[in-house]
Amino acid sequence: MKALVWHGTTDIRCDSVPDPQIEHPRDAIIKVTSCAICGSDLHLYDHFMPGMKSGDIMGHETMGEVVEVGSETKGKLKVGDRVVIPFTIICGECDQCKRGNFSVCERTNRNGHIAAKAFGHATAGLFGYTHLTGGYAGGQAEYLRVPFADATHIKVPDGIPDEKLLFLSDIFPTGWQAAVQCDIQPDDTVAIWGAGPVGQMAIRSAILLGAKQVVAIDRIPERLAMAEAGGAITINFDEESVIERLNELTNGKGPEKCIDSVGMEAHAAGTVDAMYDRVKQATMMETDRPHVLREMAYVCRPAGTLSVPGVYGGLLDKIPFGAIMNKGLTIRTGQTHVNRWTDDLLRRIEEGQIDPSFVITHTVGLEEGPEMYKIFRDKQDGCVKVVLKP
Amino acid sequence: MRYETERTRRRGHADTATDTLARGLGIFSIALGIMEVAAPRTLARALGMKGQEGLIAGYGLREIATGIGILASKDPTPWIWGRVAGDALDLATLATALEGKNPKKENVGIAMAAVAGVTALDVYCAQTLSRESPHPLPPMQDYSDRTGFPRGVEQSRGAASDFEVPRDFRAPEAMRPYTQPDLPQRPMPSM
Ligand SMILES: NC(=O)c1ccc[n+]([C@@H]2O[C@H](COP(=O)([O-])OP(=O)(O)OC[C@H]3O[C@@H](n4cnc5c(N)ncnc54)[C@H](O)[C@@H]3O)[C@@H](O)[C@H]2O)c1
Ligand SMILES: [Zn+2]
Ligand SMILES: [Zn+2]
Repeated sequence: MKALVWHGTTDIRCDSVPDPQIEHPRDAIIKVTSCAICGSDLHLYDHFMPGMKSGDIMGHETMGEVVEVGSETKGKLKVGDRVVIPFTIICGECDQCKRGNFSVCERTNRNGHIAAKAFGHATAGLFGYTHLTGGYAGGQAEYLRVPFADATHIKVPDGIPDEKLLFLSDIFPTGWQAAVQCDIQPDDTVAIWGAGPVGQMAIRSAILLGAKQVVAIDRIPERLAMAEAGGAITINFDEESVIERLNELTNGKGPEKCIDSVGMEAHAAGTVDAMYDRVKQATMMETDRPHVLREMAYVCRPAGTLSVPGVYGGLLDKIPFGAIMNKGLTIRTGQTHVNRWTDDLLRRIEEGQIDPSFVITHTVGLEEGPEMYKIFRDKQDGCVKVVLKP
Repeated sequence: MRYETERTRRRGHADTATDTLARGLGIFSIALGIMEVAAPRTLARALGMKGQEGLIAGYGLREIATGIGILASKDPTPWIWGRVAGDALDLATLATALEGKNPKKENVGIAMAAVAGVTALDVYCAQTLSRESPHPLPPMQDYSDRTGFPRGVEQSRGAASDFEVPRDFRAPEAMRPYTQPDLPQRPMPSM
């Protein structure tokens, strides 16, 4: 089959690879009808996340049709089912899964011992996302093997196009959880850094959850335009001071809730801390660029919340923990517990409360995938979200 | 397909090639500057300019400053023009070494040819950049209708207020001090 394969830094190719096969009775194989490129994939493309090996298949936002099932999926899944595959692989039975903390499932990461060395404890297995999270083949391919398939799926009805359902795999629940982590109150201002796909979903979620004011921060004009279309006030951080504007919009008190949907590759043209991060990152003394976290900690209203869906990989420097501690801020973060939210979100899509397909700007075949990685990363051609059709 | 980047678009021009050239010149400036600062004596000897080590090191500092300016500024245009001026100064200085009976005249000639070549690039780059409008381009695609809300934004505000934030995601009661009594309140779910 054809698949997008990681070969090294900024080297992803559309290769022919062996078809996946059932390896365990709980497995299923799906024929992929749509998959997408995620901002998280860019951290692998740019090789900021460690733990990739040449030959790894990319992709964790995937949907399709079940074409083969293992013997232990009986009753849960059958050939012909239409499914969206969550990016977090879950067993559905461990202590964490039972609590709904699916992204820290205790059983699905077959390289748990490595993850435990890096993070203290293992986290869940993820599709197409480094050997720290199990090294499972991803879904930017014609077929995908789904381990623990009896639990790791979201059944979706026929009659709704892929485009409306695909993002249940990741970015819609991710934006939603980012907003839920804020426990939004009716008079809250929610400031959202990053108007990429995750930020866009967070904006829609914050509006649906009834925030008084939603503010989006980015520098890409068309992403800001899309944020505004969704009901956000926008700040272009290249043109104005984020801190000043946010204080202005909140009578000098700062936003109650701050969401980081940027992550470890934050931009900060010209500021001193940005230069510092670049140098330290280049000399491998720091792995991430936490400019957004610093800004959030500084501007957030005392007793407010920092919600961090943006991905970080390792060690962060110069975090103003004094501000966090003395202002009594709450930090909530994590890979998304996708299946915890998807039943509810599927219903909201079916009812017409939201249509997540608004974010798609490019739809291409798998062969054009490698080029689209670059265009998406460089925000060329108005690109916000890429859907691939194998 | 228009291949623009955030940088080029912000400068009002969809021309990545010139942008890359400008950055290349910036890196070149720094590299040359470091060489002049680190080894002024070697250079002075090679060009038969003994006694001018201080001047060469000074030029090196100028190159480094210009290079940083090009790489760090939002708009490299004035810095590239700065390079053009610097090139003229370099050529004038080198020309003085052609006078008299300098045994290294040949080296000086080679150096002048090299500087002239880079000068041509600098002038081309500075002129192209100067032709760009100082205004950012408008957004490339119009996404102003992409609300994501089939019923429109206003209808959708608070549409999911039936959602109850799970207990483990709720902020502690004491840290919800903002809801002022005179504002319309959503009933708080009991803890
Ligand atoms: N927690 C999860 O489960 C989860 C799931 C999906 C994605 N993510 C993470 O969310 C983040 C965003 O994903 P995406 O798909 O939207 O990616 P993206 O790269 O398209 O979006 C990031 C956006 O942030 C903007 N940005 C950069 N620096 C900024 C700054 N200083 N201030 C404000 N905005 C800035 C960029 O211009 C860009 O538009 C990534 O880190 C991704 O890994 C997390
Ligand atoms: Zn993702
Ligand atoms: Zn589990």
